[in-house]
Amino acid sequence: MFGALLFVLAAVGGAWVLRGVTDDLIVPAFGDGQVDGGDVWMAVAALVGVSLLRGVSVVTRRMFLSMAEYRTQRDWRRRLLGHYLDVPLRFHRSKPTGELLAHADTDLVQATMVLKPLAFSVSVVLLVTVAVVSILMIHWMLALIAVVLFPALVVLSQVYTARVEAPAALAQQRVGEVSAVAHESFDGALVVKTLGREREELERMWEASDRLRQARIRVGRLRANFEPVIEALPTLGVVVLILIGTWLISRGEATPGDIVLAATLFGLLTTPLRIFGFFLEEMPRSVVSLERVDRVMGYPVERRGGSGSLDDGPLAVLVDGLTVRHGDHDVLVDVSFFVAAGETVAVVGATGSGKSTLVESIAGLLDPERGEVRVGGVDVVELAPGDLAAVAALVFQEAFLFADSIEENVGMGLADPADVTAALEIAHAAGFVSALPDGRHTVVGERGQTLSGGQRQRVALARALARHPRLLILDDATSAVDPTVEAAILANLRRELDTTLVVVAHRVSTIRLADRVVYLDEGRVVAVGTHDELLERGDYRSLVTAYEAEGA
Amino acid sequence: MTDTAAPDGIGLAESLLDDDSTPDVGALQVLRRGLAISPELKVGIRVTIAMALVAAVGRLIIPITIQQVLDRGVLGDDGYRPGFVWAVTGGAFVIVLVVMAAAREASFRLVVAAEAVLLGLRTRAFEHIHRLSLADHTESRRGVLVSRVTSDVEALAQFTQWGAISWIINSAVITGTLVVMVAYNWQLTLIVAACHVPLLPFLRWVQRRQFAAYSLVRTRVAETLGETSEAVAGAPVIRAYGYAAPVRERLDTAIDNQYRSQIRSSIWFAGMLPVVDFFSSLSLAAAVGVGVWWSDAVDVGVGELIAFLFLVNLLLQPIAELGEVLDQTQTALAGWWKILRVLDVPIEVEEPDAGVSLPAGPLSVATTGVGFRYRTGDVVLHDIEVDIPAETAVAVVGETGGGKTTFARLLARLADPTTGEVRIGGVDLRRVDPASRRAAIRMVPQDGFLFDATIEENIRYGRLGATADDARQSIEQLGLGGWLASLPMGIDTVVGERGSRLSVGERQLVALARAQVADPGLLLLDEATSAVDPETEEVLAAALARLAVGRTTISVAHRLSTAERADLVLVFDAGRIVQRGHHSALVDVPGVYRDLHRSWVGNTRQG
Repeated sequence: MFGALLFVLAAVGGAWVLRGVTDDLIVPAFGDGQVDGGDVWMAVAALVGVSLLRGVSVVTRRMFLSMAEYRTQRDWRRRLLGHYLDVPLRFHRSKPTGELLAHADTDLVQATMVLKPLAFSVSVVLLVTVAVVSILMIHWMLALIAVVLFPALVVLSQVYTARVEAPAALAQQRVGEVSAVAHESFDGALVVKTLGREREELERMWEASDRLRQARIRVGRLRANFEPVIEALPTLGVVVLILIGTWLISRGEATPGDIVLAATLFGLLTTPLRIFGFFLEEMPRSVVSLERVDRVMGYPVERRGGSGSLDDGPLAVLVDGLTVRHGDHDVLVDVSFFVAAGETVAVVGATGSGKSTLVESIAGLLDPERGEVRVGGVDVVELAPGDLAAVAALVFQEAFLFADSIEENVGMGLADPADVTAALEIAHAAGFVSALPDGRHTVVGERGQTLSGGQRQRVALARALARHPRLLILDDATSAVDPTVEAAILANLRRELDTTLVVVAHRVSTIRLADRVVYLDEGRVVAVGTHDELLERGDYRSLVTAYEAEGA
Repeated sequence: MTDTAAPDGIGLAESLLDDDSTPDVGALQVLRRGLAISPELKVGIRVTIAMALVAAVGRLIIPITIQQVLDRGVLGDDGYRPGFVWAVTGGAFVIVLVVMAAAREASFRLVVAAEAVLLGLRTRAFEHIHRLSLADHTESRRGVLVSRVTSDVEALAQFTQWGAISWIINSAVITGTLVVMVAYNWQLTLIVAACHVPLLPFLRWVQRRQFAAYSLVRTRVAETLGETSEAVAGAPVIRAYGYAAPVRERLDTAIDNQYRSQIRSSIWFAGMLPVVDFFSSLSLAAAVGVGVWWSDAVDVGVGELIAFLFLVNLLLQPIAELGEVLDQTQTALAGWWKILRVLDVPIEVEEPDAGVSLPAGPLSVATTGVGFRYRTGDVVLHDIEVDIPAETAVAVVGETGGGKTTFARLLARLADPTTGEVRIGGVDLRRVDPASRRAAIRMVPQDGFLFDATIEENIRYGRLGATADDARQSIEQLGLGGWLASLPMGIDTVVGERGSRLSVGERQLVALARAQVADPGLLLLDEATSAVDPETEEVLAAALARLAVGRTTISVAHRLSTAERADLVLVFDAGRIVQRGHHSALVDVPGVYRDLHRSWVGNTRQG
């Protein structure tokens, strides 16, 4: 605000100085040939002084503007990315990663552009007011031009803003599409290479970029139609001003300096108005981006009460009448079973029978449509997400490692180094980890040492173990590990850990380790019992022995 | 995460794609190189610039009109001449309208040209990234690569949407103003110009510092995107483990670093213009002083001096406006530079101009003295010599890091060996036509990445021009019909991002069908038999057996059973082949294989 005031003061001051120089210095000097040295120095001092004032005002305005813009960007980015971490998993599975990246980047940049005109508009409004008043002080007829002109400009800008909104929205949406294509394509770079699909991928990228180009050109056409008009109007105003001004001079109602001042003031307005116009153009796009971000921000965060608390020791699991939907398809239907504290239960079923959905529900990652999951006697919905994560650990089939050291990946700064060591040992990872160039400090993940699938799974398993879970859920988490190593790991788990173990298993050797088996088929529990009991069933036997012939 | 406090330090640039260095580069350098790779801009650029020049005239019309009207219409010897005044202002009015039309044309033409440039730049960078070796890919973060073709190009797009027009018109205005100034009074013009001379070294210096600051911003933006993509990709783990807090901390650090770099860049932005403005005002003051004091010496009249003042003042306006778009300009230049740097990364695998086609049917594999070293200097393979007859089943075993996967990748020419030669079907792989190579040699990577499309489309991606029938056929050939029938949507099932809606095993089935449709003579399987559930495992094992019929197969094996079944086992250790032969011949000989085998078996006993 202070910056804006200074800016206006400097701008209008500059124009007045110019008039003063014209009327009091130049015209008399040429009139009578007398030049007062003091006057010249005064003029020089005034001109330079105004420039300094302008400089200070610009620096102040810019710094505050940038601070405001970047700070807002930072805060929004924090909130948006924080929201990515808070929303339920369902959200992530419904959105391509590339689009989420676009929200956090180009959309936020575009959205915060809305701030610039807001701050700048203060300057512009002040400037227009002061300028119009100044002109009014010279002559009312000249002011009349301004009074007609500026509202016309505002109306024109409004019309433009309204018309450009839809194409601008389309363009911004297409930026997201380009980002999604780029992300998927680079993500699958290895496969793109092995398939030799570079040309087709390029084609895909070209198409997405071309759609963006077309949308942008549509916006550009609108701008090309409006902007020159907005720019020409003040100039036309000055031409009329000169016409009337000369007439006023001839009648002795104004001096040449007055006309210079009035014309300068008009000219002075064109630059800020032009810049303001640029910003106005950004407005619709910003609004669109803001809406895109808002839609994400509006995705409800899981509301979990922190009301439940858990007992010590291994936790029992009760699944009661659980139904989970994906879209309009019931993945689990009325699933009920009980796992006693400290028990090991295997979940067995064909692909698509709902095993992963079941264990994700137990870990509290999916909200049930009906029924409930009770861990340690408490409904998981009643537990704060952090509370459940602190006592229960789900290990996914696809081991995700962060671009960080093995130690960080296992401990995440939460477990102490001794626990990490022990966990790596139990997960049969200590051997290969110590053979890595920097041992457990070796950076893995996106930019680091590449591990084999089995090794990644073992690191991921160690991550779960380092937390001393009282409920450990393995979702086919050792599938890429050699069967012999897998058996050893599972034996370790049973021996070393005092925990309830729910394991999605395929290999008979694993299933045999379980106290009981929950047999799922098409989202329903078909049978619960020991492995030997279930072998009585033909379908179960053919399912599990299919592998026995091949493996172990 | 990298250090934040060294804008001028050389970063820990492990990869050119991901580099953190802040270059000492001038704007003109970027411009020259950028324009050189964007031929799209040259199309019709002369007309556009001509139009922009006409548009610039509009800004000069006012001072000239004022001068004419004051000198000859009011203050002249004839006093007030309404006719003259009307004629001059009427003329000015028409010129302004013409200028308006020209500006419209110029603006539109520029948008079209700029969008063509952006499209070209984006797709060129995209293409280049895909042509880079796999080593470059694994060394850089995906988020960073994505930012090169999105965020950095968008920075340039922002600029072309108004900064570019501003530069053209305002440069024209400045030039035009100077010309008119010379026409009015060359002596005063000289004085004004002289006042600006000390600015030049200053501007040069500022520009470079500024560029470095903005370049750092681009780097930080890419880093934030890198962290973001990790947080999104790791969402399940983050939730299941309550890792939101540490991840949030990492994100916040990246965001804060970005913010700090932006603030630093904005200091340069804010400080530069006032200095320029100061010198311009100084020149204005000098012109007034000299004009009044030595009006005779510099030969200037009152109307002329007023017009001249107006002109000098007019010079300030475009400078001020350029100051406003400077921020964008530097952002765009920095983004542009990052993209240019990507295009600078050499393509290591150069395709031959007139390649040799590989013969049909199973292919032999021979390597002589093959070694491989990463750009970072790590040697992963030494002196690999193999001679594998066509239709052999080979298992490659060894500890991770032993060079197995790199070996397989060299056979698919995902990279070229740094020493030695790979011959497939008797032909030096470097001389093989890329289309023929891709059809004849097929690698099935362990992660079974699928595109977010239907199963049918994913299979068809296996061979250029493959039809829906081909896709169905390869499904049948591998005996996958039963599995496919179990999916609600069958072959039209959309698989989701990376194939996430299918199980890992199912993804591999699709990957095998994708290989089958290409009918390769050499099949490279990277751990393809792991990570599968039993019923899929059964299907997969059968499919794999069918796929291997009549082909040479080289499997990077992590399983005993694969090694036991193979015709030939190659044992890798520390980048060398230390043993070779059939399982039965190796298993009882002291050596790496026996140890490996014992540890497999030992683990079983331990359990």
